[in-house]
Amino acid sequence: MRKGMVLVGSNGVKKPRLKQGRGMSANNDEILKELAVEEYKYGFTTDIEMDIAKVGLSEETVRFISAKKGEPEWLLEWRLKAFRHFQKMQLPQWQNFKHPDVDFQSISYYAAPKAKPQVDSLEDVDPELLETFAKLGIPLNEQKVLAGVVAVDAVFDSVSVKTTFREKLKEQGVIFCSFGEAVKEHPELVKQYLGTVVPQTDNIYAALNAAVFSDGSFVYIPKGVHCPMELSTYFRINAQNTGQFERTLIVADEGAYVSYLEGCTAPMRDENQLHAAVVELIAMENAEIKYSTVQNWYPGDKDGKGGIYNFVTKRGICKGNNSKISWTQVETGSSITWKYPSVILKGDNSVGEFYSVALTRNHQIADTGTKMFHIGKNTRSKIISKGISAGVSQNSYRGMVQIGKGADKARNFTQCDSLLIGDRCGAHTFPYIEAKNKSAMLEHEATTSKIGEDQIFYLNQRGIDPEKAVGLIVNGYAKEVLNQLPMEFAVEAQKLLSISLEGSVG
Amino acid sequence: MLSIKNLHASIDGKEILKGLSLDVKAGEVHAIMGPNGSGKSTLASVLAGREDYEVTEGEVTLDGVNLLEMAPEDRAREGVFLAFQYPIEIPGVSNINFLKTAVNEIRAYKGLPPMEAKEFLQRVKEKQKLVEFDAKLANRSLNEGFSGGEKKRNEIFQLAMLEPKLSILDETDSGLDIDALRIVANGVNTLRSQNNAFVVITHYQRLLDYIVPDYVHVLYKGKIVRSGTKELALELEEKGYDWLKQSVDAAENATI
Repeated sequence: MRKGMVLVGSNGVKKPRLKQGRGMSANNDEILKELAVEEYKYGFTTDIEMDIAKVGLSEETVRFISAKKGEPEWLLEWRLKAFRHFQKMQLPQWQNFKHPDVDFQSISYYAAPKAKPQVDSLEDVDPELLETFAKLGIPLNEQKVLAGVVAVDAVFDSVSVKTTFREKLKEQGVIFCSFGEAVKEHPELVKQYLGTVVPQTDNIYAALNAAVFSDGSFVYIPKGVHCPMELSTYFRINAQNTGQFERTLIVADEGAYVSYLEGCTAPMRDENQLHAAVVELIAMENAEIKYSTVQNWYPGDKDGKGGIYNFVTKRGICKGNNSKISWTQVETGSSITWKYPSVILKGDNSVGEFYSVALTRNHQIADTGTKMFHIGKNTRSKIISKGISAGVSQNSYRGMVQIGKGADKARNFTQCDSLLIGDRCGAHTFPYIEAKNKSAMLEHEATTSKIGEDQIFYLNQRGIDPEKAVGLIVNGYAKEVLNQLPMEFAVEAQKLLSISLEGSVG
Repeated sequence: MLSIKNLHASIDGKEILKGLSLDVKAGEVHAIMGPNGSGKSTLASVLAGREDYEVTEGEVTLDGVNLLEMAPEDRAREGVFLAFQYPIEIPGVSNINFLKTAVNEIRAYKGLPPMEAKEFLQRVKEKQKLVEFDAKLANRSLNEGFSGGEKKRNEIFQLAMLEPKLSILDETDSGLDIDALRIVANGVNTLRSQNNAFVVITHYQRLLDYIVPDYVHVLYKGKIVRSGTKELALELEEKGYDWLKQSVDAAENATI
């Protein structure tokens, strides 16, 4: 494109015609096609002996998982109730994409590394596994993070492998462990809160998760404790034909504070894999929970083959007065992302926040947003959603703000912005508002913009190449959300946004 | 430094530049004047490598390097700087972060390591003072919500930071009040040296009272039709462009 070319001039004489710069024909579309698609760099698999359940879903499967995990009877019953409900449920139709054919019978619902690692000592963890986590950049090795502030629980396929910084947290009474351990060691807490925010019957994927969930993380912050470090869970799907169904339950007791981070990756596979997680957050009086996600599941290849179906139910309840729950998500992965981290604002003066960046490219689909249920008086919610669409992807914001009768002086501010790269992608906004109290104040702002060639040229003229230019522009656009992330995570997210866009723009 | 020979360029099939030639040596300031539609801004865009324009003939070199086959960012890295007539707003991208990226991209092109944070901030401070650029603006998002004058001053601040060989000021004076004009001109004058050169595109003689050019060229119908010293600018100010247009048009008719 950058070479001079010979064309026949109007007078019929061949004359040299030099192309300006990148060439006139090299418009966005052309460069879109021209530039290589950045490979998904977490697409490796780990060769580990696995303990995998037979493919298929039945009551037997549920019993198998429960038995594998040595669960008490009440939990098995709870699972079975969910499973029976699941069987009666239909796939929903309201979403803004064609629901893919998910064959629930072709999935294995349990996969665990065979040499079941001990949680107390790193020496007992399969070195292959440690290597995998090292590749992912997870600070599993406590040596490396002694100076740091992050405690990590890593979930590999179905089993939680290692929770770091246990002891230090214990001193403050903070419980941070795998879900399986929590069931064994703190059954009263699990029993008290499990399913209270997302019931087993909530939706088909939540029901499925309740029936077959294999592990996840559990956090309890006692009264008045400000959790001394960021807690973090890293999820990884490794085995083939498996789904990942983890459950996270976080309880912040009165006056407690916790910041929780979640990251995820998966190998590249031609088949789609299902990830149907459930996250429940409970904030008591004066408590605050900050939940951050950087989601980078395998998105499928450039033709849309393979990738993770990320169908997740995330919901929190501000149970006590003056409590606060804040969701921040940076979504760059998955072939389909379908989730609405929500907040039930039950306590008076409670606050719910949702900050989201969803980036889709190639054939990716995202239908994401939030629901804010205002029940208590003077409750406030804030929604900042930034969609970025490239390639032939479809990116939808779907949000619901509900003001109940008793929610006097409730306030909501919603801003949803869409940024388009190229002209073959789609951005959609579906805001729903239901206000049953006249004193409520709701504001809604929405914008749609395109990355201008003028903007790119301006940065080019200062020596910045087109890919870096787009990276800068997109990060600037998403800044409001990225600012909400804890420092180390924000840097990762920034890089991820830039890397994810490599090859998408001109 | 800059050599333009018989440059022809068109946009959407319409020829705008029709055989323009110009030589600019290091240490020189050249003013390009001309009536509306004569091709002044096209020249700026073509030199910077804007993709909408197609060069159909001619050559442009900077210190012997052929610019025309280069992507815009490489031209910038070689030392071409365009002060935009309408600087672009980029929300959320801080001025400082943007400049740091630009400085380090240019350094990487030259095989230099990224600039130390301390050195960079020192340079920011120094150059801010030099071009009287408000430190508060430097920390804001790039041009977002800036007034017209602030945007133009930001261009000169960037110019000071990037230290290009060749600076092209595209109607930098448009939309500036007299105080802003003086600040911009002072900035340019302090940046002038034996190692760099300026091409100042303007409609009005006014700017040239402050930035005194070594040469003045008049562009008309895509060609330079008259060149002279700063007195030519004064003559144009007095007489307008019509007399020049007439003599050029008459000469054209005579050859047909």
